[in-house]
Amino acid sequence: MKTPKQRSVDPATVAMLEAAASKGLAVAWDRQEAMEPQCGFGQLGICCRNCTMGPCRIDPFGEGPAAGICGADADIIAARNLVRMIAGGAAAHSDHGRDIAHTLLMAAEDEKCDYQVKDEAKLRALAEELGVKADGKDLRQIARAVAEIAFGQFGQQHGEVVFAARAPADQQKRWQRARVMPRGVDREIVEIMHRTHIGVDNDPVNIILQGVRASLGDGWGGSMIATDLSDVLFRTPEWVRGRANLGVLEPANVNIIVHGHEPTLSEMIVAAAQDKEMVELAKSQGAKGITLSGICCTANEILMRHGIPVAGNFLQQELAVTTGVVDAMIVDVQCIFPALGALSQKFHTKFISTSPKAKFPFAEHIEFEESRALEIAKRIVRAAIENFPNRKTEPCVPGHSNPLVAGFTAENIYAMLGGRYRPSYRPLNDAIMSGRLRGVAGVVGCNNPKHRHDYGHTEMTKELIRNDVLVAVTGCTAVADAKAGLMCPEAAMEYAGRGLQEVCRAVGAPPVLHLGSCVDNSRILVVLSNMVKEGGLGESIADLPVAGAAPEWMSEKAVSIGFYVVASGVFTVLGEPLPVQGAPRVTRFVCEDMEELFGGKFAFEADPIKAARLMIDHIDAKRSALHLPGPMYEVPYAPRTAVEEARAAE
Amino acid sequence: MSREVIAAAIRGAHGFVEEAEAKLAEAVQAKGEDQKVEFPDTAFYLPMVYALMGLEVKTVADLKPVLARCRELLPAEPAKELWLPYLGDGLDAGIATLLALETTCALRYMNGEPVEEGCTGFISDTIQRELGIQLVDGRMPGFAAILGPAPANEIALHTVRELQKRSILTFLLCGRNGTSMKDQLIAEGVELGWDTYIVPVGRDTQSAIYVLNWAVRAALTFGGHKKGEWKKCLDYTRARTFAFGITFGPIPDDWYAVGAGAIVMGFPVISDHESTPEVRPTGVTTYEALVRQTDPDQIVPTCIEVRGVKVKVEEIDIPVSYSPAFEGERVRREDMHVQFGGKYSRAVELLESAELDEVNDGDVTVKGKDFDQVEEGGAVDLAIHVRVAGRKMKSDFEGILERQIHRYCNEAMGFMHTGQRHQIWCRFSKEAVKAGFRLKHIGTILHAKLHDEYGGIVDKVAVTVTTEPEEVTALIDHAKPIWTARDERVAGMTDESVDTFYSCTLCQSFAPNHVCIITPERLGLCGAYNWLDGQAAYEINPTGCNQPVPKGKCIDPVLGEWENVNKFVHEHSNGSVDRFSAYSLMQNPMTSCGCFECILAIVPEANGVMIVNREYPGDTPIGMPFSTLAGSVGGGAQTPGFVGVGRLYLASRKFISAEGGLPRLTWMPKELKEYMRERLEKRAKVIGMEGLVDKIADETIATTSEQLLEHLTKVDHPALKMDPLL
Repeated sequence: MKTPKQRSVDPATVAMLEAAASKGLAVAWDRQEAMEPQCGFGQLGICCRNCTMGPCRIDPFGEGPAAGICGADADIIAARNLVRMIAGGAAAHSDHGRDIAHTLLMAAEDEKCDYQVKDEAKLRALAEELGVKADGKDLRQIARAVAEIAFGQFGQQHGEVVFAARAPADQQKRWQRARVMPRGVDREIVEIMHRTHIGVDNDPVNIILQGVRASLGDGWGGSMIATDLSDVLFRTPEWVRGRANLGVLEPANVNIIVHGHEPTLSEMIVAAAQDKEMVELAKSQGAKGITLSGICCTANEILMRHGIPVAGNFLQQELAVTTGVVDAMIVDVQCIFPALGALSQKFHTKFISTSPKAKFPFAEHIEFEESRALEIAKRIVRAAIENFPNRKTEPCVPGHSNPLVAGFTAENIYAMLGGRYRPSYRPLNDAIMSGRLRGVAGVVGCNNPKHRHDYGHTEMTKELIRNDVLVAVTGCTAVADAKAGLMCPEAAMEYAGRGLQEVCRAVGAPPVLHLGSCVDNSRILVVLSNMVKEGGLGESIADLPVAGAAPEWMSEKAVSIGFYVVASGVFTVLGEPLPVQGAPRVTRFVCEDMEELFGGKFAFEADPIKAARLMIDHIDAKRSALHLPGPMYEVPYAPRTAVEEARAAE
Repeated sequence: MSREVIAAAIRGAHGFVEEAEAKLAEAVQAKGEDQKVEFPDTAFYLPMVYALMGLEVKTVADLKPVLARCRELLPAEPAKELWLPYLGDGLDAGIATLLALETTCALRYMNGEPVEEGCTGFISDTIQRELGIQLVDGRMPGFAAILGPAPANEIALHTVRELQKRSILTFLLCGRNGTSMKDQLIAEGVELGWDTYIVPVGRDTQSAIYVLNWAVRAALTFGGHKKGEWKKCLDYTRARTFAFGITFGPIPDDWYAVGAGAIVMGFPVISDHESTPEVRPTGVTTYEALVRQTDPDQIVPTCIEVRGVKVKVEEIDIPVSYSPAFEGERVRREDMHVQFGGKYSRAVELLESAELDEVNDGDVTVKGKDFDQVEEGGAVDLAIHVRVAGRKMKSDFEGILERQIHRYCNEAMGFMHTGQRHQIWCRFSKEAVKAGFRLKHIGTILHAKLHDEYGGIVDKVAVTVTTEPEEVTALIDHAKPIWTARDERVAGMTDESVDTFYSCTLCQSFAPNHVCIITPERLGLCGAYNWLDGQAAYEINPTGCNQPVPKGKCIDPVLGEWENVNKFVHEHSNGSVDRFSAYSLMQNPMTSCGCFECILAIVPEANGVMIVNREYPGDTPIGMPFSTLAGSVGGGAQTPGFVGVGRLYLASRKFISAEGGLPRLTWMPKELKEYMRERLEKRAKVIGMEGLVDKIADETIATTSEQLLEHLTKVDHPALKMDPLL
């Protein structure tokens, strides 16, 4: 069995793993170890359960069956399995986007709705972008028109998803040429399910291209709608301070954790938890107050907009309950362990599910309805408060939490770099062109108990920033980096290379920029498009000196994200390989051939330092293709060309 | 570190806004809201408010929204730890400072508060126009605002002299402890005023607004931007007004606030004090924003570098002055000691690359008679042979470096250089020769300048200068195949075969709105840069004057019009040219700077065109010699019917192809015809018009339109039968 320190680099997690072990509680890591050895066929992507002639599996050593009963070989099977993962991920993000669009529509139609447009400027900007004429319309009518267009994107059957127009023209052309421009969000997901049915699409490349199309419908469709309309409803994030890690739990307070993804629920819980009546109720139950915190992307949503503290990332969900001070764990959708139900039974914690789409064993279900949002939110908070006196174990809260600055968006980068009178990406592009910044990297994704928790995120981030690569993060990476102290502005002085330090000093930003939840990876797409538009760094995203990574990914959403990022022109390194390595043609397509079509491709590398260097090599290659100079200052990992030159000179 | 700078600027801004608020309250009380407020002799009301807010402030009451805006902009100081991004706040504080200072100073004028004796106070529109045009067209490379007295009178004197030497206008501001730079310079006996380029503005920090609202008027006057177009105005001042600030001594909060205002306008600040933190990342300003230079001798050179002012004075060890100011200087016959080339003798220049071990850096070899050995007023053969070597040097770069010889030579006082290759013409003034200028100094200049500007690719430079006739012949023979090879490199390429053209804005110091678009089939109008040179120049300096221009969607293949090219030209011509046709003389032709090798002009009577090259001094059938024509073609304006071109363009498939191409050519000087004969005959053959070249008239046949028409009719020139040009 791995020791707690082998399981995680996060001190709070290590402490809680020790505590859980001493209480005899099994958590994800224990179950993962019990699962060893994990199924090799599954890992290589070469087992098929798509019809009941099977299950079939291909022998990767070439001694047993080389084809399934229908004749599908390893490449066909792996491609089908892979794109079904994309379908799952794109469906998850897009269903999230759909719910937000629905909420905006409700807000537009009912002035008594608990949700209202909070960011008029963003709504108006979107309306203009979508061709909604503002003339004579009141805000509500504009919101309605925008919501209808957004809503329409999901069921759209032909044409192109509207936000694809945000991508540089060159990138759009690549999609058109490869015939992967998404027609609508849902249609492409449905088509994946059709094509992977027994006996339909049996060309591995053709199958994957449909996966690309669905993923683009996610990134430039469903996810982008989720982000933009969330901004309209709950306001576009501004820079905000916060704290992260289990140490934010306050034993003397009622502790409510929201866990999951959609801000519709969490925004109302925030409002309810700050309600005077609720605070008084908490006091009457013997608590000092109410501490609301988050786990997973819900945490990121309310951190970005309200500075609400983050209790932890994905793998810390069980550990939070294990502290014994969580009076209610409220969940909606995505990345929620069913294990939380049984675990909560061992403590006093109320495990409350809220979504009709997501019910859990041993959970109390209080269904959340947008039409009675605040009322239900209060009911949930009240249940949490009333549970405070039922605590039955000694509090066991690790004393670790770190301060952070979050709240970066594609929009506020303009103001960050130029104030209100010189709003511009110029200083960012300039910094890259001069070599002060070597490039920009997006590090995103989940946790995965196969990988040492947070190690991949934090080590990769540190390696990048010390080499003058500015890092943008979302999701569980953001939480990992925040916990490691990489997201305070002071971190630049401690961890960043000299060039990045100069930029951070001039701007006042941390070296790692938190852009939000996992649907907010769409913000990164817009940032990249804005960089191209600013000029001097090429004609498409594929020309930019940038790279992406998901060092500890595990979910189908991550596969969808990976594909839309790569298809948008970004070289992306995955810490855990895609389950395709039993299929040579598929592996070659995703790791090589995609580059010619889209400008981006995947690489698999579990070691975060090596992975970071692959990213840096790619960034350096893009720099030299743009005729940009090397890094302005000496960097620990020198450009490979320079190393080679020096070697040649010897 | 920047955090402290921005914190100080924000504190300073709060002070200025409070001051303006108090002054406004006092004005309302004492004079009433209807009291008139204005600066003397300006049509721009309060220019900064006018540019940034679009308001025409006429009365005390009109100032209220200005200060309300200041309040909206004023941020809090950044936190000492876990700060939020503060750069934007600092810049907003700068804007608040500009608006507040202008309010305060306008109220001073209203109250009749006197400006310090010998200081200008508000700078009038008249001076703005007179001096501003020089700033915009590059005659005056930039202006400096100096805050505070220098630590010693000698440093004050040295600094302004260094600025004067570079023709940089200097404003003096801000006293400290009872003294100011103005006092220091007066004590040193320096003459102050507009004539000497040293202008005291005021003793206090508030007076800085007079310099800044003078600068913003350049955007309104010369940039053509309208009131309230704050973004365009601020982009203009950053891109085109080469201003910078110099501060002496530790910087107090109120100076930082003014500095933030200057930086929003794109003007960097150079401080002489060790306590000043630097802000080096670029983007708000073109180069670094706040730089420290504690060595008094280096202050001005640092300013030049940081603002990107297009003046470079290096220590070049020659007995005459050296500065871009002398670039356009002509040496007249009566002032001339000796000349080379033109029509008086042969003169040639060649730059080629060699292996690193073949070049001994700094070697200057002189052969033949030197200046003092030739008769005054005489003409002698000359060959300048430059050999360069460098790890990153490529033969593709030779043409670009060779083309710089012209500029490098011209910048020496008393040295006139025109043309290129074996068509150069140089004159040296009597004064220069008397001062000791000799042939070897040509080598000194080229060595220094090539290192200075192309140090990135050139490691070694050696120069041979000779006046021996045999050596000159030898070099010409050696060079001709090299030049042909350079010209032919693009020969196989077509405009359709590439998706990117290159721009050239090298000449924007003369013609701020001129943009050359260089295509494989149309070389630059100076004749020295072709498409491959553009590509190579971009490789040498990706942020330089030659930028890739992706063609984008083709709008009209006949005219040669593309969507992205239009966009690029619009942007880089300062919005003055909206559309551009690569292949037409009549519809949206290319603009011309002033360096064109030839001028192509319509001859309406002949239903065709004529071309005249720079070397041809005589009359042309349209009644104007080259020099007169040049005056009306240059300057960066689109003049349908007239365009500057490189001579090789004549033989191009795309030579005014929109108007029918080569068959339109009716007249050209004989020398040019002979030079181009082979190429033109080849082209004529391709289009099935063998014998066409002989039908083109020259000065031996016609110098008036009547003579020309007679000749064309006689030889049955095809132009006469083509579609009407007009």
